[in-house]
Amino acid sequence: MRVLIKGGHVIDPKTNTNGIMDILVEDGIITEIGKDIEIPNGDIIYAEGKMVLPGLVDAHCHLRDPGFEYKEDIETGTMSAAMGGFTSIACMPNTDPVCDNEAIVKYIINKAKQDGFVNVYPIGAISKGQKGEELSEIGELKFAGAVAISDDGKPLKSSSLMKKALEYSSMFDIAVISHCEEMDIADGGVMNEGYWSTIMGLKGIPSAAEEIMVARDIILSEYTKVPVHIAHVSTELSIDLIRHAKKRGVKVTCETCPHYFVLTDEACSGFNTLAKVNPPLRTKKDVEAVIEGLKDGTIDMIATDHAPHHNDEKNVEFNLAANGMVGFETALPLAITYLVKPGHLTISQLVEKMCVNPSKLLGINKGTLEIGRSADITIIDINEEFVVDINNFKSKSKNSPFNGFKLNGSVYYTLVNGNAIVREKILL
Amino acid sequence: MALKSKDLLGLKDLTAEEIHYILNTAKTMKVILLSKNKKTPHLQGKSIITLFYENSTRTRLSFELASKYMSASAANISVASSSVAKGETLIDTGKTIDMMGADVIILRHSMSGAPHLLARNVNASVINAGDGMNEHPTQALLDMFTIIEKKGSLEGLKVAIIGDIYHSRVARSNIWGMTKLGAEVSVAGPSTLIPPELERTGVKVFNTVQEALIDADVVMGLRIQLERQKKGLFPSIREYSRFFGLDEKRLKLAKEDALILHPGPVNRGVELPSSVVDSDKSLINEQVTNGVAVRMALLYLLTRRDSDESIN
Repeated sequence: MRVLIKGGHVIDPKTNTNGIMDILVEDGIITEIGKDIEIPNGDIIYAEGKMVLPGLVDAHCHLRDPGFEYKEDIETGTMSAAMGGFTSIACMPNTDPVCDNEAIVKYIINKAKQDGFVNVYPIGAISKGQKGEELSEIGELKFAGAVAISDDGKPLKSSSLMKKALEYSSMFDIAVISHCEEMDIADGGVMNEGYWSTIMGLKGIPSAAEEIMVARDIILSEYTKVPVHIAHVSTELSIDLIRHAKKRGVKVTCETCPHYFVLTDEACSGFNTLAKVNPPLRTKKDVEAVIEGLKDGTIDMIATDHAPHHNDEKNVEFNLAANGMVGFETALPLAITYLVKPGHLTISQLVEKMCVNPSKLLGINKGTLEIGRSADITIIDINEEFVVDINNFKSKSKNSPFNGFKLNGSVYYTLVNGNAIVREKILL
Repeated sequence: MALKSKDLLGLKDLTAEEIHYILNTAKTMKVILLSKNKKTPHLQGKSIITLFYENSTRTRLSFELASKYMSASAANISVASSSVAKGETLIDTGKTIDMMGADVIILRHSMSGAPHLLARNVNASVINAGDGMNEHPTQALLDMFTIIEKKGSLEGLKVAIIGDIYHSRVARSNIWGMTKLGAEVSVAGPSTLIPPELERTGVKVFNTVQEALIDADVVMGLRIQLERQKKGLFPSIREYSRFFGLDEKRLKLAKEDALILHPGPVNRGVELPSSVVDSDKSLINEQVTNGVAVRMALLYLLTRRDSDESIN
């Protein structure tokens, strides 16, 4: 089976490719990249005027399967990912039961093989049941196929356990992803502490809640000499702390999410629960700092933190509403509209942050268009303008604060192992 | 004129004209309230429900009497706040009440924004009778009514609000309402009980009660909740009273004819000494009477909206 992608602008920072080229895929593998490739027969995708990128890689999403299939499952989650141009996604372990053992990791991998549209990589829990008390069987998780460990959604309260998690995981060379939140100071807050929490009379979460934990994890990483990855960074000081740590040579990496470079806490006004997320949306100066961090490389990658929730969990009092928003189907257009169009990042730098660096973190062979690699390819029209309509989402959940946003950048094709699962913007 | 919204969720969303309109209507209502035969047919055929998820004596009774003086059918529902999270959802409860023909639902809830959620999901008018730390608009309206009754206007008046601003929905509603009507609002309280960036609402924030009181025309003490001490927000009632208590000596910093308000119930000897509570300057009892008048006005205006619209 041959697929030829003709005439697209191919961008692959890993191989320094940036120009109009053809890509030949044979039996799911990229076999040739060059000018004017011809094939006698096979599937030809005409990509003139479009950009051909490595399939996007998401280091942080929630597929809700097993346990919360009313929000999302592996089938709908991967459909949503494919529509957003993602070909590989790593799902967090806060399922029910928690993904803290071999059996759940294998369940996810097998179900993804059966029902999934894209490559799914489970992330195991750091602690058993995400309770923050005892380490899970990290070695077994790794050998079952987990690509990282995290207690995402819950911070690891115990510094001692975090230190042990870093030390122990280093034996297995598996990434440790930390959800940074100091719960004592967060103290039941429901949005960023600041002007908007003041005028709505909602309990605020100080930015310090995130920053204290970022500082702790940097210190533990430096002390143990084991890399740590900070999830969903949202504040100016967090970014400064990470920038400083990187200068010191600490092996810290981090991600942010589209909502942290697009929205501020003002989005919560009118008690809009769709803008309720953890960490909370911050202020304008934090948004500017996130963009600066992306520009200067302090922030290594953009993850979606795709967090589907049922309408019943959002259409309630703000205090009771679930945290999080769906993200697969808006992440790339938000990045193009808010980072590439204004000139903060080049498209090549965006590919580093949405393909190359997440693959590196997870230790998966993805995020590049090298010959001999499996053909995970995303073809986009970077200029096409569209209006976000949550009713078009393939995700089971529609909890997005971006409904009605006018964005640039449409995903035309998503190829996974050479199969075009999205073709001319339609999921097959 | 008519009120723009079917609901009264907060003073943040009202215009100065709407506030004046309500307060002027309340003047008429006060005449009725003070007459011997307290019964008018204004709300005949209207059904008014109070839905309270928090304990309340005065606000609830005030709404209930306002409804009854105006011949409405009134009913009360109390829901233990402990069952908020696990029981029937607010929307479901609200829809049930709505379908029984309620014209107005008066909601008190421990969570900010609950009335906004209810209002979006029912046809009845929703009046916010206090939501979390957000707003308590009818309290602020009665405070403003009381002040205007004595001073003629809020324009240019200096108002000092003292105490736990952070947790106070009364303070927030008064800040919105009074600044809209041209008052200059100052607040003072323990710095742990002042929410961040409050200045951006247009008020002056002081660390000492003395600074806030200088030349004040109106002084409002807020109730200090004793459980805040356990959360470490201030060290003791004794220290609170020492630094922020509104005693006679401090009140001398305010204008000679300054008015003293308090939304009640007062912790005597904490926010205010008994001598101040019971003094001539204190309008605490008048506030209660005016509360009924203001609520009569609101119920009248909100239930009249439909007929106004149909005429137009």
